[in-house]
Amino acid sequence: MAQVELRNVTRRYGSDVFALRELSLDVADGEFIIMVGPSGCGKSTALRLLAGLDKPTSGDILIGGRVVNSMDPGERDIAMVFQNYALYPHMSVYRNLAYGLRQRKTPKHEVDERVRRTSAMLGLESLLERKPAQLSGGQRQRVAMGRALVREPQVFLLDEPLSNLDAKLRSEVRGQLKQLHRRLGITTIYVTHDQVEAMTLGDRICVMSEGASQQLGSPQEIYESPANTFVAGFMGSPAMNLARVPVVDGQVMWGGLSVSRVGPGLDEVTVGVRPESFRIVGADETAAIAIVDFVEPLGSHNLVHVRMEVGGGDPRAGERQVQTDELVVVQVPAKERPTPGTRIHLAIDPTAVFLFHAESGVALTGVECSRVAHTS
Amino acid sequence: MTAHTVVTVPDDVVSGTSTSNLVPDARGSRVPSPWHLVLIPITFVLLVPLLWMLITSLETPDEAAQFPPTLVPHAIRWTNYPDALNAAPFGQFFLNSAIVAVIVVLSNLVLCSLAGYAFARLRFPGKSLLFASLMVTLMVPFQVTMIPEFLIVKWLGINVASGVGIDHLGALIVPNLVTAFGIFFLRQFFRTIPVELEEAARIDGTSRIGVLFKIVLPLSLPALSTLAALTFLDSWNNFLWPLIVIDSQSNMTLPLGLTFFQSAHATQWTLLMAGNVMSLLPMLVIFFAAQRYFVRSVAATGLKG
Repeated sequence: MAQVELRNVTRRYGSDVFALRELSLDVADGEFIIMVGPSGCGKSTALRLLAGLDKPTSGDILIGGRVVNSMDPGERDIAMVFQNYALYPHMSVYRNLAYGLRQRKTPKHEVDERVRRTSAMLGLESLLERKPAQLSGGQRQRVAMGRALVREPQVFLLDEPLSNLDAKLRSEVRGQLKQLHRRLGITTIYVTHDQVEAMTLGDRICVMSEGASQQLGSPQEIYESPANTFVAGFMGSPAMNLARVPVVDGQVMWGGLSVSRVGPGLDEVTVGVRPESFRIVGADETAAIAIVDFVEPLGSHNLVHVRMEVGGGDPRAGERQVQTDELVVVQVPAKERPTPGTRIHLAIDPTAVFLFHAESGVALTGVECSRVAHTS
Repeated sequence: MTAHTVVTVPDDVVSGTSTSNLVPDARGSRVPSPWHLVLIPITFVLLVPLLWMLITSLETPDEAAQFPPTLVPHAIRWTNYPDALNAAPFGQFFLNSAIVAVIVVLSNLVLCSLAGYAFARLRFPGKSLLFASLMVTLMVPFQVTMIPEFLIVKWLGINVASGVGIDHLGALIVPNLVTAFGIFFLRQFFRTIPVELEEAARIDGTSRIGVLFKIVLPLSLPALSTLAALTFLDSWNNFLWPLIVIDSQSNMTLPLGLTFFQSAHATQWTLLMAGNVMSLLPMLVIFFAAQRYFVRSVAATGLKG
């Protein structure tokens, strides 16, 4: 086991295509770290650089305190699980598991013992003589995990290992992965685009976009204080609602409601509210007003897609309202199911309003904004 | 002419790489397809020269000389075969052909694998240019290069080793040790192997060359066996090059040896055809042995699916 460090690692293709820009990352010994981001954000490139399958243009990669930039993949004492598993099709499960050990000239009885132990741990004993083509998707996934684990590597790299499994199996294996990590304590770097995997598995999450780390922190930190609009919009399902709204006299106005207050010098901000931070209230309460577009029932709760009414005067006095084009998603209990086309009143939990700089997208901190209870 | 008859066989079989429709499908149905209306006549056309050769080899010289050909011999004359064998040192020709073909096949498998893998996966300066020039040589007909090739072989025989010079078996082997077609063919196949398999093996501690021998080549058996069969055929049937470089009877290969039955004034058709049938047999054996690899797809790729 070892710590892993990326120091200002850049990977450039040609002269101007940056897959990674000056990425720095410290992974503690035994930590489970997730790299998450949309496709093309550089997360897989980072993993390939760690594995030695690609070389950085500049910067250093350290595993266990040693710079490994010029080391072959085989010398780095890492193991990797590929998205498509990459099991050797011409070898039985047993030989797939044993291959890495045999390449390292491990004594035969030890190979056998370790293969047996790993296959017992993953429930593969009855499959050892089969070829990969004779296995189901879930079984192949376990063999791929086994092939990585059997070597007892210092670092475990996983590249979207669950993306080829169906939803039910995915959540099952997710749980097993977490237990496995707890039991073995191998430093693990896990790449995914699935934010549920990111939130549930990681000790820390590195949210990436455009070849750079946007935020690094615990799942809770990422969720509760996103560093910028990218992180805010990417993490959470359904995604956080983000809207660019005007600031009038220091009040952040959204849906005809002051949702927060900011310091001087800003006349526009991006406001972010998670779907679960809304509540449908009666017409007599102070609330934002919205028109229901459509409702997605999900059994345990409903997702109501609405358009906020902005500007204008008091709708109760019959004054004309302007609706935004952007849909806002509101999560409500299953029993609440407003009719499309009707007007609803939405109270917003004032402690759950996020504010971001309108241009840069960076989160506004306490100095610039103070969250207030909505004005009455 | 005989060479052409035989060369049609690989075309037939190579097109068999896509003949999964001839194999009963997973549901086991053997419903005749409309394609059979086209395929059956074509098969017949391809078989006629072979049948004619077989029939002629069993006829008397008189029957063989008639036109239109006698398709049902009056008596089956097996003696054409021992006669043909006795008329020339066929055992020697056969051995020479086999030595040349086996060495050429083995060296093509090794060298084309190495070069094909380099072109498929390695990054090195000038790769595209090298590959393009290799492809260009595929377009040049042998008739254009045979004189320079002759001169090179002659030079090699004088300056390097007499065994590879004119009128030696080496002269038949050395120019064919590696072929542009083989490199191209294997490169194309190697490129279809998922690169993650190779990366997984690298991470498992395999060297680059180890990846080729332990992962890529075992997965390339269909391509390797196809290349082996095609190379064997080419070598076995080669007539023009041996005709140019071989003089002495002891170094002749089968196609060259068969010319014993042809002379300026008369051709012993029955003996020639008997010799042809005998020289064809090894190829038929090789084809039937290798056929399952042609048809077999690389279904077992071990990836998702």
